[in-house]
Amino acid sequence: MFDKKAKPGPARQRQLDRYAQLVDKLSPKSALGQGLVRAFITGGSVCTLGQVFIELGQRYLDMTVTTSVTFASMMIVFITALLTGVGVFDLIAKYGGAGAFVPISGFANAMVSPAMEFRREGLVLGLGAKLFTIAGPVLVWGISISVVVGVIYAIMPW
Amino acid sequence: MQLNRIGQHTILLPNRPRIVSSAAIAGKKEGAGPLRDDYDQIIDDDLFGEETWEKAESRFQYAAADLAIRKSGLTHEQIDAALGGDLLDQIMAASLAVRELHTPFIGLYGACSTMAESLCLASMLTDGGYLRHAVCTASSHFCTAERQYRFPLEYGCQRPPTAQWTVTGAGSAVVSSDERLPAICRSTHVTLGRIVDMAIKDANNMGAAMAPAAADTLSRHLSDTGRTAADYDLIITGDLGRVGHDLLLTLMQERGMPLDQTRYIDCGLEVFSPSQDTHAGGSGCGCSAVTLCGHIFHRFQKGELRRVLFMATGALLSPTSSQQGDTIPGIAHAIALEADS
Repeated sequence: MFDKKAKPGPARQRQLDRYAQLVDKLSPKSALGQGLVRAFITGGSVCTLGQVFIELGQRYLDMTVTTSVTFASMMIVFITALLTGVGVFDLIAKYGGAGAFVPISGFANAMVSPAMEFRREGLVLGLGAKLFTIAGPVLVWGISISVVVGVIYAIMPW
Repeated sequence: MQLNRIGQHTILLPNRPRIVSSAAIAGKKEGAGPLRDDYDQIIDDDLFGEETWEKAESRFQYAAADLAIRKSGLTHEQIDAALGGDLLDQIMAASLAVRELHTPFIGLYGACSTMAESLCLASMLTDGGYLRHAVCTASSHFCTAERQYRFPLEYGCQRPPTAQWTVTGAGSAVVSSDERLPAICRSTHVTLGRIVDMAIKDANNMGAAMAPAAADTLSRHLSDTGRTAADYDLIITGDLGRVGHDLLLTLMQERGMPLDQTRYIDCGLEVFSPSQDTHAGGSGCGCSAVTLCGHIFHRFQKGELRRVLFMATGALLSPTSSQQGDTIPGIAHAIALEADS
């Protein structure tokens, strides 16, 4: 590997390919259908709960549509943070997969779990430094891409 | 000078050092597994009364070493060296554990092969007369391994079916050249592992990364010693898990040295039952350590085993090497153990 130009010889490459095929044959695969159904149920439930908060906010708390949508997001974030704190959310995510983390709940979990984990290394170098280990990349690239899209949107004639 | 070597890479131990005592301390999930009766202690508290997972793991390792030494009838002062390691950065669990033992210390990193690595080295050093009594230790902890290699514990994600579950626990064994101490078994041959890398990159399929190394060490051991797999009551791999176990059977078949399925076990498959939802089985230094120091040594004591080959496997990846796109180097160290006759 230290010789950058050296490629595996044809015999070695055949051996590697054959082993990769063998590994593929003997490794169990994720159950795709089951995963999709569970993600649909879990994600759907989270969104339904969000909708309940939107309706409640408008009916009983005298909120506008925009405020009630923000209220729903806040409630989902709060509930996820609480469930993460009491050690339940990882079990829901294990069942629901992307259904549990694609709604805003995933973001809350990605912030609270490192906060809990790295608190032991101190408030500054532990919690402070590692709070964004999971959410950080999403923020960096999410914000960067939105800036690029914003610039394109601004110079477009329509 | 006489060389104690046979074949290409196998080391002969003419004085057959004795394994005089052992201890296995396991966590709660392991304590609910099939080997529950073989553990000296089952610790229900993941933190073992400490403030952090790392200190808890260190305490597992200290408790195992201390118990093994006490069971041998020796004192801490009589131990000439501790040889041990774990999976953490700078082998923190081992260093902090041995800090309490006050013995000379050889820190080892062999990933999950550490228990075999420490037994191989301790056997060679006691056989050569450099140490009288040595204590070998290895530990792992689910929570320390998760946060170091993967995600925070409470982060919600799904593990693929090939992933393995890091065993929480520590095993320890005292190796001695003292003929007066009764032996559980004696070590006779050591075959040190070579790094074998078959370009596996998936850190969630470590069995696949390690199986070729196990096949390499096993076939070298058998050809060096002129033995066949049938000469062993049991061939024991460390933590290949379901995928690696099946791969090793296939690879040995292809090499013309087929293994008898009834006399080949993998600690990763022994330590948990399929109903414990660990996916492909157990892993970690503690996996082979608690299985050997608990289950296997008990079977020696009951007279059920006469000769075994213990071969713990390690995936020598680091989070950094994985992120830099490198493939996973595998290793397997083998030690032949025989009942005292």
